[in-house]
Amino acid sequence: MRRRILSAQKVTELIDRLAEEIGRRNQDRKDLALVGIKRRGVPLAKRLAARLGNCPVGAIDITLYRDDLQLVAEAPIVRGSEIGFDITGKTLVLVDDVIFTGRTVRAALSELLDYGRPREIQLAVLVDRGHRELPIQPDFVGRRIETRRDDLVDIYLQETDGRDEVVLTRR
Amino acid sequence: MSRLRHLLGIAELSREEILKILETAQKFREVLDRPIPVVPALRGKTIALLFFEPSTRTATSFNLAASRLSAQCVNFAVALSSVKKGETLLDTARNIEAMRVDGLVIRHAFAGAAHFLAQRLKAFVVNAGDGCHEHPTQALLDAFTLREHFGTLEGKRVLIVGDIAHSRVARSNILCFNKLGAKVAVCGPATLLPPYVEELGCEVFYRLDRILYEVDVVSMLRVQAERIGASLFPSLREYRQLYGLTRERLAKLDPKVVITHPGPVNWGVELDYDVSDLPQTLIMNQVKNGVAVRMAVLFLLAGGQEGAE
Repeated sequence: MRRRILSAQKVTELIDRLAEEIGRRNQDRKDLALVGIKRRGVPLAKRLAARLGNCPVGAIDITLYRDDLQLVAEAPIVRGSEIGFDITGKTLVLVDDVIFTGRTVRAALSELLDYGRPREIQLAVLVDRGHRELPIQPDFVGRRIETRRDDLVDIYLQETDGRDEVVLTRR
Repeated sequence: MSRLRHLLGIAELSREEILKILETAQKFREVLDRPIPVVPALRGKTIALLFFEPSTRTATSFNLAASRLSAQCVNFAVALSSVKKGETLLDTARNIEAMRVDGLVIRHAFAGAAHFLAQRLKAFVVNAGDGCHEHPTQALLDAFTLREHFGTLEGKRVLIVGDIAHSRVARSNILCFNKLGAKVAVCGPATLLPPYVEELGCEVFYRLDRILYEVDVVSMLRVQAERIGASLFPSLREYRQLYGLTRERLAKLDPKVVITHPGPVNWGVELDYDVSDLPQTLIMNQVKNGVAVRMAVLFLLAGGQEGAE
């Protein structure tokens, strides 16, 4: 069963609201920077940055920091990270499309700390679908969705998929 | 593309597999420029280096590549080992594997040594040079370095100069450059060109000045004194005059032409020292990129587990 959870218009509204909240919490921060988690966290980070005005955006690929590399059959594709600024002392907002088990965010935090020592890291996600396996919670959430563990939540974004939409598939 | 099990030679790789290794290496190049140039990708893996022949670059480069992926690396020092007591290659390798080693990187004077072990061990095997046969990671890092410089090897004219007969680097390079669409030529004294070398897919020249000024890349090989038993050319001085990239030839060479050498260089024989500081000399880039390429190879071979989902 496939069900559309968020329309294109709703996605835009949520991003507007996320940007507003991030901006409010970091009003006096001149050193704000966004880091999107590949792949769909990156276009989201860019859209947030456009609304926040003038803050650098990096992209992080967590493949080499995954905790299940020993469990997969084949070495996964390494997409590479691109963080073109020094993160030490900065206030970073880590951005991803969905938070689920929290393992991706754990990997991203480990990787970021190898790049430098930011003053603070906050977490923003478009969708929180629950079922955390690690004690990690986002600071900014677009929408919380009730899901079963084996549901699929697919995020489609204009930049990567040609349209904005969030779809839940129940198996 | 099936999963890569071993890296034995360029001959066994498809163009797609070569490109996959090079593209993965590109991502590792960025890792090497990070403040902490280490990633946890191969935590818990152990890699043994078995070098039965001397090496500076290759052994160090593999060692660093393993370390930067957080794998543990053991160096098997042949000079201090039971090989001196007559232990066979297979027994040596089996004993090391029994100590829970995931992969072996081997350099050996016998062609086919890596293939031999790959058929008999569960661990993955990387050929770091087998006799006069192949040295695949050198070819991959050369291809990486040239792609970094030119963007592509498609249609580029590459000249390999020197002792082609005893050179595993030349053999791997000819195969690799061909698979990536370059046009390869070789040049050297007839005594150092193997018969039927053109079957590998290259043009053959006996006089350097005939071809030198028509290529995009000049890849100079080391005169390997240790492999040349009988005298195959009259003197080093004559070799330099006929086949060396001398100051005089350099002066006539277009600065857009890039110069590579797998090292170690015999300065004053195949290369005049003037070459070392030129911007078109890519020797140090080759060394730097070697670590990234070997990280990619180790990651692709050791990452993931056979039989998993």
